[in-house]
Amino acid sequence: MPADFISNLYVFILAGFVGFEVIKRVSPLLHTPLMSLTNALDAIVVVAAIIIAGRHETTLTTVLGAIAVAASFSNMVGGFLITDRMLRMFKSPRSKQS
Amino acid sequence: MNAAALQQYLDFAYIVAVILFVLSLKFLSSPTTARMGVLAGEIGAALAVLATLFNPEVVAYRWILIPLIIGAGVGIPLGMVHMTAVPQRTALSHAFGALSAAMIGIAEYYVGTAPVTRFEMGEIALEVIIGSLTFTGSLIAAGKLQEILPQRPIVYRGQNIVSLSILASALGLAVALVVNPANTMLFPIMVLVALIFGVMLVTPIGGADMPTVISLLNSYAGFSAALLGFVLNSKVLVVAGALDGSSGFILSVIMCKAMNRSFTNVMFGAFGQVQAAAAGAKEERVVRSASAEEAAGILAAASKVVIVPGYGMAVAQAQHKVRELYDSLSKKGVDVRFAIHPVAGRMPGHMNVLLAEADIPYDRLIEMDEINGDFPQTDVALIIGANDVTNPAARTDQSSPIFGMPILDVDKAHTVMVIKRSMNPGFAGIDNPLYYLDQTLMLFGDAKQFVGSIVRELSGGH
Repeated sequence: MPADFISNLYVFILAGFVGFEVIKRVSPLLHTPLMSLTNALDAIVVVAAIIIAGRHETTLTTVLGAIAVAASFSNMVGGFLITDRMLRMFKSPRSKQS
Repeated sequence: MNAAALQQYLDFAYIVAVILFVLSLKFLSSPTTARMGVLAGEIGAALAVLATLFNPEVVAYRWILIPLIIGAGVGIPLGMVHMTAVPQRTALSHAFGALSAAMIGIAEYYVGTAPVTRFEMGEIALEVIIGSLTFTGSLIAAGKLQEILPQRPIVYRGQNIVSLSILASALGLAVALVVNPANTMLFPIMVLVALIFGVMLVTPIGGADMPTVISLLNSYAGFSAALLGFVLNSKVLVVAGALDGSSGFILSVIMCKAMNRSFTNVMFGAFGQVQAAAAGAKEERVVRSASAEEAAGILAAASKVVIVPGYGMAVAQAQHKVRELYDSLSKKGVDVRFAIHPVAGRMPGHMNVLLAEADIPYDRLIEMDEINGDFPQTDVALIIGANDVTNPAARTDQSSPIFGMPILDVDKAHTVMVIKRSMNPGFAGIDNPLYYLDQTLMLFGDAKQFVGSIVRELSGGH
């Protein structure tokens, strides 16, 4: 088993625990924005896509990489945008009265 | 700057991005700090993307910039969709996320830098299978939510056996590839089989199960990104994927609990089949109906009203009319709150977003566990487009397919009013004994129009 795998596994398990503890505290009120926000964060795969496309090794890998760049970047842009739009709508009782 | 030093700067940028991602989710715990969470996430993502552009391996900028522009061109309109379209937008974004993870995994197999070892082959195969099935599965889910595809479960005899054998063949091909990674013929077949399995997985699932399915697909998309992090030895992907995957997983567990069902039951149970037999014993029962005028009179005389919204409210786009009702009752001194069942609507939190869009303050939106104890002191429970989540058979009738599902105890309110198009049973086809109770009044009509009529009566009558 490669050494990289073990260190990645450590990171995965610890990040999973952190995720569990943090997300558990998110109010059910915000479960829809939670899903769109994690979706936008997950779009960080764009960095891997940029490297695959940018290396320009073969036509096949470059095209696959370019599709991945477009797909994940659209998630990143759209995900942050819609999450912010949703959260702006959640008005506190105080701002409603004023 | 030499390459090693540059690499250290890039790694540092990724670590900062990861910290910001965790903070981003932490800020989401409260609506008051939630928007800061978006900002933290944006800064982290921007930092990681910019840093990557400086990676010395990146040479062909044309192949990056054009897709980035296309991505922004697709992403901005998808970020501006109407709130009622959020469930299908979310499913579509799971599809995009999974597509991108699958594409990178496939590219990694064909990249000629080093021969793929058996271990790497196993990682790539698993990643590509999950990515591919999540891609097609999410597309089907989005199609159902957009009503391009029928929302009812599509089932046939022996379906589970067919689906499971397709999954088994994908896994079999993966094993064959691990045995001999150089067998490049098998790889595209494996991808194709995984794509087909995604279709088979989601097609039989009905609209009412969408909150669970969309959460599960969320989780798969996250875990495929984390696996990709293993393949590429990229810690930032491992962390982001683990966060997204665990978020989707937690939501799936919450949704399953809220329906008293197991994952396997949702994925392979095809809701809506079982109860066809149970519906046999039907006697004539009396329902009482009321007009908008009568309903307005009862609501105006009440001191505590709880409104129970469901998918029907979303379909009728009645949330703005509901806000008018809320305003006009509040002005009369009536205490109006909203009872939110975890699986009301088509995705987790769906009702909260629609009601927030209609400017209802979020302290009026109460979760099931918190509000259930208040129903005996509630004068009127007004149900708008919800059905199964209010069905008392879930508490009492052991033969009911939803027996054991936690419900909103609306039957304990003094008066129950149900806005419904007709007496047809709800989405899951289950009869609701609530409608035949002595204190229940049926308000037949379109949710938006009926609520509008009540509002008119309330303002005209005084």
